[in-house]
Amino acid sequence: MLVSILPLAGLGTLLGFLLGVASRVLYVERSDLAQEIEALLPGTQCGQCGNPSCGAAAEAAAAGELPPAFCPPGGRAVAEAVAAKLGLSLDLASLVEERPRLAEINEDLCIGCTRCYKVCPTDAIAGAAKQMHVVFADACTACGKCEEVCPTECIRLVVVTETLQSWAWNQPSL
Amino acid sequence: MNQPIHGPHAHSSARLSALMLQVMLALTPATLYSFWLYGWPAFNLWLLCLVSALLWEALFLALFHKPVGAHLKDGSAAVTAWIMALCLPPWAPWWLAVVGTFLAIAIIKQIFGGLGQNVFNPAMASRVILLIAFPLEMTTWIAPEAVAASPPEITSALSITFQGFSTLLDGYSGATLLDSVKNQTAQGAPVSAILSQLDYQPIDSIIGLRGGSLGESTSILLLLGGLYLLWRRVITWQAPLGLLLGAAIPAAALNLAAPESYPGALFHLLSGGLMLAAFFIVTDPVTAPITAWGRFTFGLGCGVLTWLIRSFGNYPEGVAFAVMLMNSTVPLIDRYIKPRIYGRTRKGDPLPTTEKGASR
Amino acid sequence: MFSPKLRGGVHPPGHKELSNASPIRLAPLAERLYLSLQQHLGAPATPIVKVGERVRKGQLVASSQGAISAPIHAPTSGVVRALAEHTAPHPSGLPVLVITLEPDGREEWDPSLTPLSDPLALPPEELCLRVGSAGIVGLGGATFPAAVKLISSLQRGVDTLILNGGECEPYLSCDDRLMREEPEHIIQGALLMQHAVQARRVVIGIEDNKPQALAAMRRAAEGQGVEIRSVPSRYPMGSEKQLVQLLTGIELPAMSRAADSGVLMHNVATARAVYQAIYLGRPLISRIVTLSGQALTHQGNWEVPLGTPASYLINYASGFNCAPARLIMGGPMMGIQLPDLNVPVIKGTSGILALTREEINSDEPGPCVRCASCVRACPMGLQPLEMAANIRNGDFEKARSLGLNDCVGCGACSYICPASLPLVHLFNYAKGELANRQREARKMEKTRVLAQRREERVTRQAREREELMAARRAAAARKAAEEEEAAGEESPS
Repeated sequence: MLVSILPLAGLGTLLGFLLGVASRVLYVERSDLAQEIEALLPGTQCGQCGNPSCGAAAEAAAAGELPPAFCPPGGRAVAEAVAAKLGLSLDLASLVEERPRLAEINEDLCIGCTRCYKVCPTDAIAGAAKQMHVVFADACTACGKCEEVCPTECIRLVVVTETLQSWAWNQPSL
Repeated sequence: MNQPIHGPHAHSSARLSALMLQVMLALTPATLYSFWLYGWPAFNLWLLCLVSALLWEALFLALFHKPVGAHLKDGSAAVTAWIMALCLPPWAPWWLAVVGTFLAIAIIKQIFGGLGQNVFNPAMASRVILLIAFPLEMTTWIAPEAVAASPPEITSALSITFQGFSTLLDGYSGATLLDSVKNQTAQGAPVSAILSQLDYQPIDSIIGLRGGSLGESTSILLLLGGLYLLWRRVITWQAPLGLLLGAAIPAAALNLAAPESYPGALFHLLSGGLMLAAFFIVTDPVTAPITAWGRFTFGLGCGVLTWLIRSFGNYPEGVAFAVMLMNSTVPLIDRYIKPRIYGRTRKGDPLPTTEKGASR
Repeated sequence: MFSPKLRGGVHPPGHKELSNASPIRLAPLAERLYLSLQQHLGAPATPIVKVGERVRKGQLVASSQGAISAPIHAPTSGVVRALAEHTAPHPSGLPVLVITLEPDGREEWDPSLTPLSDPLALPPEELCLRVGSAGIVGLGGATFPAAVKLISSLQRGVDTLILNGGECEPYLSCDDRLMREEPEHIIQGALLMQHAVQARRVVIGIEDNKPQALAAMRRAAEGQGVEIRSVPSRYPMGSEKQLVQLLTGIELPAMSRAADSGVLMHNVATARAVYQAIYLGRPLISRIVTLSGQALTHQGNWEVPLGTPASYLINYASGFNCAPARLIMGGPMMGIQLPDLNVPVIKGTSGILALTREEINSDEPGPCVRCASCVRACPMGLQPLEMAANIRNGDFEKARSLGLNDCVGCGACSYICPASLPLVHLFNYAKGELANRQREARKMEKTRVLAQRREERVTRQAREREELMAARRAAAARKAAEEEEAAGEESPS
């Protein structure tokens, strides 16, 4: 019996040793993961994920401290890209698919205080002191910073109304 | 707001249950003939297979929280059980049917994901497992002449089926053609001598006078059933043709080279479950490739492997193994054999545009 | 070289006999006509009339906007009553801006519209422009502005003009009746278009389930240099790519336009509209609509002024004989479900169908058994079941790599599927998702650049302020030092 056990055990040990050596010698050096993840994020440093900046969030994600779906403004596309980068599976159920939002100024309430456009990370608000402010829709990322600082609550994040151009088919239920 | 309904707003009448019914209809002549050939125990076996398959399917559908009624009604379990019954020895005991359908329906089909998700053909995979696990019971063949001489009554048929093996089978058992040829060529006897000793005429295999598993005796009725399915467009012709060619061409070639060691093409085509396989097994859509050429390749591979296993392998019958082996290559076939998309080359790049105003 | 039949395809029952037996009738004017500003592909037209303004029949009421657009003309004389939102003939039921016109019943034509006696003497570009100002769009259902297609074809140079008389969708017979009743006008329109793009030859493809139309068109085409060809009646024979390949042997390369391969295709009704616009001077203000389906009391073809509400049309055609299971604009294969009957007839309304449950013949989706009926049916050579499986798993990129964008949405696969899987729905859902993601990705790139620039600007401004402050402090310190020195010089000690 020893004749069958010893060679197999020896073979297993030898092959395991070879695998270990290969995993070190043939190791693929990964470039800075955090930087690659940061490149996938919107870059507006909005703070909705709880981290002070996109860079900090990327570092945390690279270290495995954040789930792939950590970026609300990024939506599904960013979540999938991050998951693919990290090689993790994405739990789509946890992703709350929110309707896209845009900042909108209620012109009756705006007093022209200029606080909002100073904090907007993409310069999406135009205006001057004591002048009506206006939001450029295609630059707004709905990060919410303007809403926080507005003294009259005249700038709000509102759900974009659906038009014939924006409507799309839903997922068929099967 | 309610989501609107997407087109098309017209549908053909093709339904899965209708397709399954057609298959069962095509199998009926051969099945009825085999009841006549082998008597009541064969009927018991067939009925038992069907009932136990439906029960296993219902149980496992419930276990997986799927709608039992809807899925049972599509008839796929019944067809699997029917084909499996036709592949078992004609007087197999009841537990072979129950275990076989459990393997086919519960393990190979439901646990792999249910209808449409299984990798291996359930009937064939189940037959392979049974053959390896219960070699004695799976190779106890019955001689049709003995049955014709003294057909068993209903009561003795019931005891044959439910009491398992007993001396009741003495006097009825006999080897199949493939068995005899395999064993005796292994011992060195020339093929022509074997066949003349057995008084073999090809017409026997066509009509169905030779023994084998429950449904494989009558090539002509199986062929007719298959042609019916082709006519009704339930199956396509590429896989059956591939199987028949794949078995016939090597057989004919080696028969020409060494006629005493290798039986000819007609022998192979008409014996064993080759006709059954051609029209009812390699045409199973779930486990076959999705393109025409892919199906032909699949059938061809099955045919060649069948002939190889029959001629050089350890088993006299090779269809089940061949089909299982080819099932595992189906994803590979589907990956490389794809239709060419309109407006693109085979590789997938757009076609080059013609010159401005070129006339054709 | 010439493939004799259609690749793939399905053969649904045609049901044409319900509506193709009787001639086209004129639909009367409804009390209100709702002219949608978006009746064509491209940018919506902008209204140039005001509420309360009186307009004449054929008068321009909305002008085209931008490169790809089409103008809209008043279908009859009357008063503009409103410029408001109305239910769009779209499955979503979302609103669209319409000009509400109240007909005055006098049918007074716009006097500035003049017929032409010898339009073939005009330069080709002029013809193209006239087609454009008549508001003509593709009447086969695509509603692409015809003038844009004509002009780009003229610039590229096309060899063959093809007129599509296929009408492969079940139930629809408007083109069939038009070919039977006005074949000369269609031929005249074809010759006009041939001159407009300087094509070498004209071929008209007509499905072989329309023998009377074939005969009438052949008679009208004699000696005109127009070729009439019969094509197999199979769905989707009338699809542009498939018809071009069958009639000319040319396989249009993926992601290219027909003009790039020297071919231009238009519907026969579009040709007739071109005839009316050029020879008679009349812009596009009405179209032929097939009303069909077993739920309708009376099926047939009507020449309908644009903007007529569907409810009015159906009521005039004696309404329903039972509650319809579904209302469809277009054919049953590629047509869209109508949200309700308040929608107006637009330039692309080839038919309005009221179908019963038996006609729809649908079922709950079941598991896919990989029977590959869809692969056999697909005229583009795709593998619908593979794309569908990937889309259900959320892998849209894989579906795209399998050829999702080559899908023309004909619905042959969904029609033939024995498991009633909603294949085309899955594909359109995936296409929408991919387009959405592309839009989001582009927007994110833009906003990332904006955010970066803002950061740079903020740091630059902070730095400049710092430097300014430092400079001021340095200047102040120098000044103080100078004063001290001066003070020190004045009082030596």
